[in-house]
Amino acid sequence: MEIINKAQAGSFESSDILVLIEPLDGNSGRKIEIDSTVMKEYGDSIKMLIDKCLDSYNVQDIHLIAKDKGALEPTILARVETALKRASQQ
Amino acid sequence: MLYIPGNNPAMLQQGGVYGADSLLLDLEDAVAINQKDAARILVRNILKQINFYEAEICVRVNHIDTPFGMEDLEEIVPLQPDAIRFPKTETPEELERLIKIIEAIENKHGLTHDKMTLHVMIETALGVQNVFDIAKLSKRVDAITIGGQDLTADMNISNTRDGSGIDLARKMIVMAAKANKIDAIDTVFVDINDDEGLRKETEYSKNIGFTGKAVINPRQIDIIHEVYQPTQEEIRKAYKIIAAFKKNKEAGIGVFSVDGKMVDAPVMARAAYVLELADIKYDSI
Repeated sequence: MEIINKAQAGSFESSDILVLIEPLDGNSGRKIEIDSTVMKEYGDSIKMLIDKCLDSYNVQDIHLIAKDKGALEPTILARVETALKRASQQ
Repeated sequence: MLYIPGNNPAMLQQGGVYGADSLLLDLEDAVAINQKDAARILVRNILKQINFYEAEICVRVNHIDTPFGMEDLEEIVPLQPDAIRFPKTETPEELERLIKIIEAIENKHGLTHDKMTLHVMIETALGVQNVFDIAKLSKRVDAITIGGQDLTADMNISNTRDGSGIDLARKMIVMAAKANKIDAIDTVFVDINDDEGLRKETEYSKNIGFTGKAVINPRQIDIIHEVYQPTQEEIRKAYKIIAAFKKNKEAGIGVFSVDGKMVDAPVMARAAYVLELADIKYDSI
């Protein structure tokens, strides 16, 4: 998937996660910033899920900011997928 | 039946704990136009991973003539929730078109056509006029529901507290459902702070034949259950009728009375229905 725009998905509501993404130049790699109300307990899991979603769409060069309010796995994956699809649209 | 907005993760993931008999995960009116994509993906993921316990799961998709309906179906049909709810149904032809689309998706995914049912929403005057033909179109249609808000808008009338403007529609929908032996589900009561109003409207819904009522807030569930569940007296009476029927049947007696009243086939059927609602098995009596 080619990321061509800035995009966001999700919200600051409880149990949700706000995901903002923007494309980076080729070979910049992934720059992922996570802020979570459960960072200590689940920060690594959230990062793993975000990477899993980016891998599934073969997205490498991206800046992603995630502001988490206790989202569960299906929500995290959904918000990243939505942001990616929005960012890939002309 | 509890409506849950399709783009609300908190309510979606907690859906199973509210105690509703069924949950309606809504991709249509409860989702803003610019969040349709987000809701569709979220509901798809939630369906795959969240346990809703005993609740029946129904997903309301957008109409197939909107820019969102086809994508909703492509994402949701392969997951086979218990039912798909189709909004603003006006003609049998329109429903037939929907069923063909659903079955094509099921074929593509190697799914049978007999698992997921359809709930059809009647929300326009034209839909009300055609409701009997809509209800009988397919065995997959197992419930008809009335959408009170959209119907009053379509009729250019106010949605009054007594519901007088949509009373005929309510009764036509119930009659169409009964004629086809399927469920009829009443529209929501929108004032979540008026418990007495909710109780009164639910009692009326039950009395005219609806088999359930939609709610927009978990707080409304208990009142709906209280109204729809049979009373202790009704259960006792039904139990006596069925017990007497079994006893008389063994003795070869066809016509009998209970508490001085003759029991005939309609009385038996009503008693059996009451026990079914009370979750008492015929064989246990």
